[in-house]
Amino acid sequence: MRRLADLYEALDQTTSTNAKVEALVRYFKEAPPEDAAWALYFLTGQKLKRLLTTKLLVGWTQELTGIPDWLFAEVYASVGDLAEVIALLLDGLERPAEPEELPLSVWLEQRLLPLRDLDAVEQRERVVSWWKVMPRRELFLLNKMLTGELRVGVSATLVIRAVAQVAGLPPPSVAHRLMGTWKPTPAFFKQLVSPDVSDGDRSRPYPFYLASPLEQPPESLGELKDWLVEWKWDGIRGQLIRRQGGVYLWSRGEELITERFPEITEAAAALPEGTVLDGEVLAYENGRPLPFAQLQRRIGRQKLTPKVLAEAPAAFIVYDLLELEGKDLRERPLRERRAKLEALLKDRPRVPLSPAVKAESWDELAKLRDQARERNVEGFMIKRLDSAYLTGRKRGDWWKWKIDPFTVDAVLLYAHPGHGRRSSLYTDYTFAVWNGQELQPVTKAYSGLTDEEIARLDRWIRAHTKEKYGPVRSVEPEQVFELHFEGIQASPRHKSGVALRFPRIARWRTDKKPQDADTLDSLKELLHAVH
Amino acid sequence: MASIGTPRYLNGALSASYPFQDRPPLITVTPQGLYCAPGDFHIDPWHPVERALITHAHGDHARGGSRRYLGARTGEGLLHRRLGADSAIDTLPYGERLRINDVTVSFHPAGHVLGSAQIRIEHQGEVWVVSGDYKRAPDPTCEPFEVVRCNTFITEATFGLPIYRWDDTRLVAEDILRWWDANRAVGRSAVLFCYALGKAQRILAELARLTDRPAYVHGALNSLVAVYREAGVKMLPTQLVSEVEKGTSFAGALVLAPPSAGGSTWMRRFGEHETGFASGWMRVRGNRRRRGFDRGFVLSDHADWPDLLRTVADTRAERVLVTHGYTDPLAHYLRDKGVDAAPLATPFEGEAED
Ligand SMILES: [Zn+2]
Ligand SMILES: [Zn+2]
Repeated sequence: MRRLADLYEALDQTTSTNAKVEALVRYFKEAPPEDAAWALYFLTGQKLKRLLTTKLLVGWTQELTGIPDWLFAEVYASVGDLAEVIALLLDGLERPAEPEELPLSVWLEQRLLPLRDLDAVEQRERVVSWWKVMPRRELFLLNKMLTGELRVGVSATLVIRAVAQVAGLPPPSVAHRLMGTWKPTPAFFKQLVSPDVSDGDRSRPYPFYLASPLEQPPESLGELKDWLVEWKWDGIRGQLIRRQGGVYLWSRGEELITERFPEITEAAAALPEGTVLDGEVLAYENGRPLPFAQLQRRIGRQKLTPKVLAEAPAAFIVYDLLELEGKDLRERPLRERRAKLEALLKDRPRVPLSPAVKAESWDELAKLRDQARERNVEGFMIKRLDSAYLTGRKRGDWWKWKIDPFTVDAVLLYAHPGHGRRSSLYTDYTFAVWNGQELQPVTKAYSGLTDEEIARLDRWIRAHTKEKYGPVRSVEPEQVFELHFEGIQASPRHKSGVALRFPRIARWRTDKKPQDADTLDSLKELLHAVH
Repeated sequence: MASIGTPRYLNGALSASYPFQDRPPLITVTPQGLYCAPGDFHIDPWHPVERALITHAHGDHARGGSRRYLGARTGEGLLHRRLGADSAIDTLPYGERLRINDVTVSFHPAGHVLGSAQIRIEHQGEVWVVSGDYKRAPDPTCEPFEVVRCNTFITEATFGLPIYRWDDTRLVAEDILRWWDANRAVGRSAVLFCYALGKAQRILAELARLTDRPAYVHGALNSLVAVYREAGVKMLPTQLVSEVEKGTSFAGALVLAPPSAGGSTWMRRFGEHETGFASGWMRVRGNRRRRGFDRGFVLSDHADWPDLLRTVADTRAERVLVTHGYTDPLAHYLRDKGVDAAPLATPFEGEAED
């Protein structure tokens, strides 16, 4: 457990990716496979089911520290993380100088997982006895495991890079071996780092290649003829696998969703053995995608009744061919993979090829892009015809060129403290536009500023507060922000009469005065223009 | 959560157990600040007044514009820096009594920063102590906190929640040194943000016990370091960053700077570096991560939760008024423990960066 605490601290204490990889490499070199498997389990974002209720943990902490309910609530509001609150409060207890040290796998397999089968009295006795001797850092991690919240702030790419370095394998092989479901056993970890490259599990998908947002003008990509342009469909990115008599449909979140889409599974069964397709699951009818809300009926908890299946039929729009006849084609140029796809997907209406968008110039393309909203798509995908199918988000070959967001300049009117660990700063804001001589609040937004801007704005807010209403402050109407949003709707629930979709802060317009902000009338005009 | 309700003190109706319950409160909150009527002076006023008694030189306590000031003698240099050289500042040595109108006042060490004081006010046998900001942890840069017996104790509560408890300062200093060394070993500079008055000097003094390598300082700290040196505080040798010749490498250096320098162009000269922040707020992980510091060192010039409770008990005050920060929780907790306590609303913010 101490080794994991060291790793957690090392990852937590640096913003440098190299230092993070170094810390991970050190860990995986030193840790025995049975511990490494569990660490990897948590590092790749998997979670234990909650072992104990929060209520029990809070109650035991209060018994040990004598902190009354109201004060515990106060503390929790200021820290925002239960595991940390408990660790900080218990820090006041006397602790032995030489605490016992047990390996991570022993903690999990012999201590934590068995808690599930005990009654509350026995659970209390065990947990409290651990709490009384554990150092603060380990206690924090223990609490995180008990509440099923242990998450380590490190990207999968870095974990993969570190394991690959330890194993002496190329990162894509490690990424591939980590796909799908696996159990944190020593055998799994040994197999993960073994140089043997034959893989047993035929259901396993390839790591996805992700497009980067196009921020420069598209002309900078060079000649249009070197690129494949497709609509960017608004569904669930997935991989459809047809191997050894089976069909597997994976979502990008690495969930098997085969069962939810019988019509796709059925169509895929007719594909040749050893085929892996990358594509998008959509609600789809008569060659057109249906709104995303229809697709949601297929992925939620709702039962797949004949009615749902009929009203929200699905299709798998194919972007790419990763494997054909059991051969990994990812290194081949897109041009070649695409040609093979065209032949393969002929007359398969439930697994159609994502059509190429034809245009003579970038200009013409830009005009077509304006139809994106009507087509229920998010914009374009632009892929270099010579490109291989890479792993992760490597810039340069695949771009997403989304529809320009709408923008509005609005005045900051209210500030709200953030949640959880942001609770000590004002991070959520209400913005207003002019309605005649008055500022009318129109939307809340919280994301988009840098940490440094948030800190600066926080100081400004504290110094320019007009009134406090509980945790909310009204501020002098002086600061103008450019907001971006994806859509606008009439809304009787909002006093302004409009609701913005996905509003976020694009930039702090320190160059603008409040009187330069937009008006409610201009938003209403926009509302009529788009509907 | 239980509500706190209107403090009895602010209603003017004092608790029955208070020995001077029939008298008007010795200190009240006026628009100008804490005011002592029988002495006709203000304490740490936030607007200009005739006569101001000042607990210490931090910005939320010492503000310019008043006609006359009175502070503790060892804080004189800092008060002049803060209030301007031509402000009329009188000082008193710690413990020395002075009659002002109908009251007797004296200053007692608060252990917060150099020259920081609790102000004791006595009027016809009743004693009030205004603590200003204080801490109980040892600090080589200032006089240690003195317990002053009183009837009413006005305490701060910057860190008035039970999650705030400080480790031994020496362990924190060793941690800072280890961090500096680790960065030095790989040729990086270590930029440590800290409050310019008090914290920076305390770090330099604590480190001077462990090493004699010089440190670099930002201009905002430099003149304050000089005041501490004049007062005889032993600290690491320091060099002003802006006086370093252009192009000199800061690899391996420790740099102390105010938090406001973070993210500014001033930082560019340090090349590859890590950032740290020394503050009591760093006790909570999210505070550090939120602000993007590589390292947080938990070091505060305010009392932690156990020391707030201990101090309240030590003064044997029959009544406690709470200002600064977590006033409601501390007052509520004290009342639960049978202490006659109430929050006292003031615009003191506590050192947001401390
Ligand atoms: Zn202070
Ligand atoms: Zn203060």
